[in-house]
Amino acid sequence: MVSAPAKFSIAGLHVHYGKLCVLRDLNLDIQANEIFTVIGPANSGKTTFLHALNRLVDLVPDSRLSGEVRLDGVDIRCGLEVEALRRKVGIVFALPLPLPISIFENVVYGLRMQGVRDAAVLDEAVERSLHESYLWDEVKDRLRSPAMNLSGGQQQRLCMARILAGRPDVLLFDEPTSGLDPISTARIEETMLNLKEKYTIVLVTNNVAQAARVGERTAFFLMGDLVEVSATSKMFTAPADSRTSDYITGKFG
Amino acid sequence: MTPNRLRKLKEWFIEKAILLSGVFSVVFVLLIFLFLLREGFSLFRGESVGDFLFGKSWYPISDPPRFGILPLIMGSLLVTLGAAAISVPIGIAAALFIAEIAPRRLKEGLKAGIELLAAIPSVVIGFIGMITLGPWIKNLFHIPTGLTALTGSVTLAFMAMPTIVSIAEDAITAVPRQYREAAVAMGATKWQTTWRIVARAARPGMVAAVMLGIGRVIGETMAVMMVTGNAAMIPSSILQPVRTLTATIAAEMGESVQGGAHYAALFAIGIVLFIITFLINGVADIYLHRSRR
Repeated sequence: MVSAPAKFSIAGLHVHYGKLCVLRDLNLDIQANEIFTVIGPANSGKTTFLHALNRLVDLVPDSRLSGEVRLDGVDIRCGLEVEALRRKVGIVFALPLPLPISIFENVVYGLRMQGVRDAAVLDEAVERSLHESYLWDEVKDRLRSPAMNLSGGQQQRLCMARILAGRPDVLLFDEPTSGLDPISTARIEETMLNLKEKYTIVLVTNNVAQAARVGERTAFFLMGDLVEVSATSKMFTAPADSRTSDYITGKFG
Repeated sequence: MTPNRLRKLKEWFIEKAILLSGVFSVVFVLLIFLFLLREGFSLFRGESVGDFLFGKSWYPISDPPRFGILPLIMGSLLVTLGAAAISVPIGIAAALFIAEIAPRRLKEGLKAGIELLAAIPSVVIGFIGMITLGPWIKNLFHIPTGLTALTGSVTLAFMAMPTIVSIAEDAITAVPRQYREAAVAMGATKWQTTWRIVARAARPGMVAAVMLGIGRVIGETMAVMMVTGNAAMIPSSILQPVRTLTATIAAEMGESVQGGAHYAALFAIGIVLFIITFLINGVADIYLHRSRR
């Protein structure tokens, strides 16, 4: 069924925190330019899965990653520098975390850190990434005002722009709308649907309906196991595993 | 009396007791200042403030006595600046290392060691400075005496370090984990995250740490009296003996006549010290509030 080479190919991935196994024998492919959604109850390992993809799990003391994760065929643990990996695989966290500086400076922060000084390059990056995150029209006249004055939804799209400025390949979203109202959520979802033309998107969400709205394929995690992965439409109409249907219909979790 | 009224009375009593202890700490400071003013001000009946602050000679028991404290101010300033130049970079770097880089067991060991350093009595540190550091500096620079401003600076740097390290380390540890994650997720290296995100977020706390460290250095008396040589003259280099404001008060208070001009002059030095400390705290406070906004 899989014809094109996968963006991420994951084989036999285990993640341990100390003696605790939080992700068990995961085998999975993520295709380029798809929106891959991950659902599951708390402690199912979905955030750990996301953090394994750009090696944020390394920050957890005593964490251990075994098995193989390949990005475009390159092993993420020995094929490239961890900083380069994280620039290619950007992540948007649950809570927007703008820095206490201007909107413009927030967007170019990563670029400045990489040593980009050329004002024209920075201006171009700000305009492009704010367009891509659908924030440009709302902030174009006040790029120099503090980012903290933006609303929660705008801050979250600013955080997206901050990642997009570094021209990543893959965007990871870790419950990006859990702190937002329905209208801001709708805007974020719309943005994700538009972004998939250029980027591969992996979305972890607690909101099952959100997975159904934006996902193309969906994986269901439970207690560190991948229970089922299939096309989103199939999972929400005819799930193969009874545990999946129980979760989707709200019987537990 | 109903239990409810009893409880209210108890609340009232506790509230007022806490208020009173808060008020008292301020009142005590005010009383100390007033006492200093009263004792010190009698000096200025026979001496002008300008001659006192900017006079170049301190000969309190010659005839006529001369009460110029410029050499003492310069001595304190030189020793303090030297100590800050040594202890601030090392202290901040040590705090960053302990909070961000050191593995857990090394971290615990280092913290315990630094707390131990803070617990050493200043007279012991002064003693070590006098018998080991002094001769070493004397031989290193080929100077007639090892008891110099530099000796004082190094000795005091040891005393400021525990304050700076432990307060700065607390401030760095208090930086939310999300800041680090966000920076690392943008492809920042460990060093970029530590220096550009964590150290910046912790800056108010680090400024407070430095200020408190410097406050300790300015007020320190015993160690500094033992290692700086106590010559009340304006130093032209850091390799000369100096005398600080604090050491002057400690050394001469016992031999001054109560109520005399010398006695009053020592209290006037106390006023100067009080004002300097007040200014340092004020600056730290203003800075803390500004960066918090």
